[in-house]
Parts: sequence; structure tokens; C-alpha cells
Amino acid sequence: MSADHHEHEHDHDHHHGHDHQHDNRYSDMQARVKALESVLTEKGLIDPKAIDVIVETYETKIGPRNGARVVAKAWSDPDFAEWLRTDATAAIASLGYTGRQGEHMRAVFNTPDTHNLVVCTLCSCYPWAVLGLPPVWYKAPAYRSRAVIDPRGVLAEFGLTLPEDKKIRVWDSTAELRYLVIPERPEGTEDLGEEALADLVSRDAMIGTAIAGPRP
Amino acid sequence: MFPEPWAAEAFAMTVHLHERGLFSWSEWAEALSGEVHKPGRAEDGSDYFDCWVAALSGLLVGKGVADSETILSLQQSWQRAAEATPHGRPIELANDPLR
Repeated sequence: MSADHHEHEHDHDHHHGHDHQHDNRYSDMQARVKALESVLTEKGLIDPKAIDVIVETYETKIGPRNGARVVAKAWSDPDFAEWLRTDATAAIASLGYTGRQGEHMRAVFNTPDTHNLVVCTLCSCYPWAVLGLPPVWYKAPAYRSRAVIDPRGVLAEFGLTLPEDKKIRVWDSTAELRYLVIPERPEGTEDLGEEALADLVSRDAMIGTAIAGPRP
Repeated sequence: MFPEPWAAEAFAMTVHLHERGLFSWSEWAEALSGEVHKPGRAEDGSDYFDCWVAALSGLLVGKGVADSETILSLQQSWQRAAEATPHGRPIELANDPLR
């Protein structure tokens, strides 16, 4: 017993379970993942170092900033925008962002008449290479089912109220095809360079639950 | 982005195995979708990575990489190993007293 533990024994208000707080314990999920890792390593199917690299890449290097650069370039360079429209996979790959799952990308452009919203009703397919990992709400059943049935209501919950006459198109992602919303360029940004423009593009704007603009 | 480190590991293992050609991404999406749509899953998606791990286990069993009994017994072995490891020492499978 450590001195630390001994002190706590005199604290009668302390919760009884406290004694075990410093013990090592694996939750079922933690242990299950370790078990899979053991099996796969033993069979030579995974290299633990490669796993660490993937985790680090997704935690630090890949995120919505990639997508924001794609959008900013599309706003600044009409040729790139056209390329994005006709072959988004290649246009996005030209900036160095390629999907690890070999998925195809399609860019959907917001216009004054139409707003685009992306969902994956099947599970949670998401354009990882340009947006990083999906937010929790994107994976939640509520969003996955309601985005299709009541997109206007869902957008209102995100604080985005669109004019009644603006059409909303909902794009359902699949394992093979992922969507990136290209929001409308905010007014008064004619003088901004690509990096400054990218600052105006949030993750949610590229999913379609927000529009581009200065962060609130 | 990852709620806990094990979720990141499960994610990375899946990406890695797919790159190595163990399964196609459509196969993966189908497995994950099957788990996500099981009755009783959390409405707020908070058990998403539980689904992820279940889908990965299922796919590995389906591919004949491991059987469910082996996975479960290894899982319990890791839990015993964790409890038997003094605080501050690395947890290793060999620390399971029953191994």
C-alpha cells in the first residue's frame, strides 16, 4: 500500500471504490482491441509501427484544413473549379490529398438556388482525406436518418435557416463515392488570397450544415 | 476525434488491413453498417467505435483470420494481464497469471 493510499483511508467521505482507482484495468473494448492486435500481429498481418503512423497521421496531419484549401483554390482559380466539377478525385489528388480507401470524390457546388448537404445513411462514409475524421453527430442515427427526411429542419438545428425558395439537395455517401460541398464564396472577399479564404471554410460548411464565412 | 486510444488503434488497424488487401472497403462498409443498424445502438452515436470494433472482429472471423473463441479468450487474457500488472509498468500479455 502506498502512502498516498493510506492517507485516503482516513478520509471517511471517500467513495468506497476509490481503492481500485489506481489498479490497471482494461475495459471490454480496450481488451478486445488488444486481442485483435495480438492475433493480427502474430499472423504477420499488421505491423504495430505502421498502426502508430496511421494514428498519428489522422490525429495531426489530416483534417478539414485540407478541404478548406480545395475550396479556396476553387474560389480563386476557375480552371481548378472546372476540374473539380468534372473530376474531383483527380483535382483533389493534385493537391496531395488522396483517399486511402480508393474512394472517388465528387464536389457539389452550392449556388444561389441550391444548397447541398452530405450524409451517409448506410454508416458513416466520409471524405477523410479532405475532412479528417467525422464529427460525432455525423455518425449519430439522428442525423443519418433525419438529414434525408427533413433536411431543412436539421439545418435549422445547426443554426442555418435557408430561404424558403432555396432548394436543398441531399447527397448520400457510399463506400465508393464521397462528397465535398463547395460552399458559396462570401461577399466582400475579392481581395483575399487562398490561405485567408481557407480560413473562412469550416468543416461543417463542407458537409453542408453551415455556410462559409468568418467564424462566429 | 478519437474518444479513447483504443478507438484510434481499431481505426488504424482497419485502414492498414484494407491497404494490405484483406478486405475491400465495400466489404468493410457493409460490416460496419450491419453493426451500426443493430437494435439497441445508442441514438447519439456514442457507441460508434464499439460498432467499429464489433465489425472488425466479425470481418476477421468471416475471413478465417481468427475464430470468435480465440478472440474472446485473448480479450480475457489481456484483462487478467492488466489487473496483474503493477501500476506504472507496461501491460503485457505475458503478465496474465493463467497464461
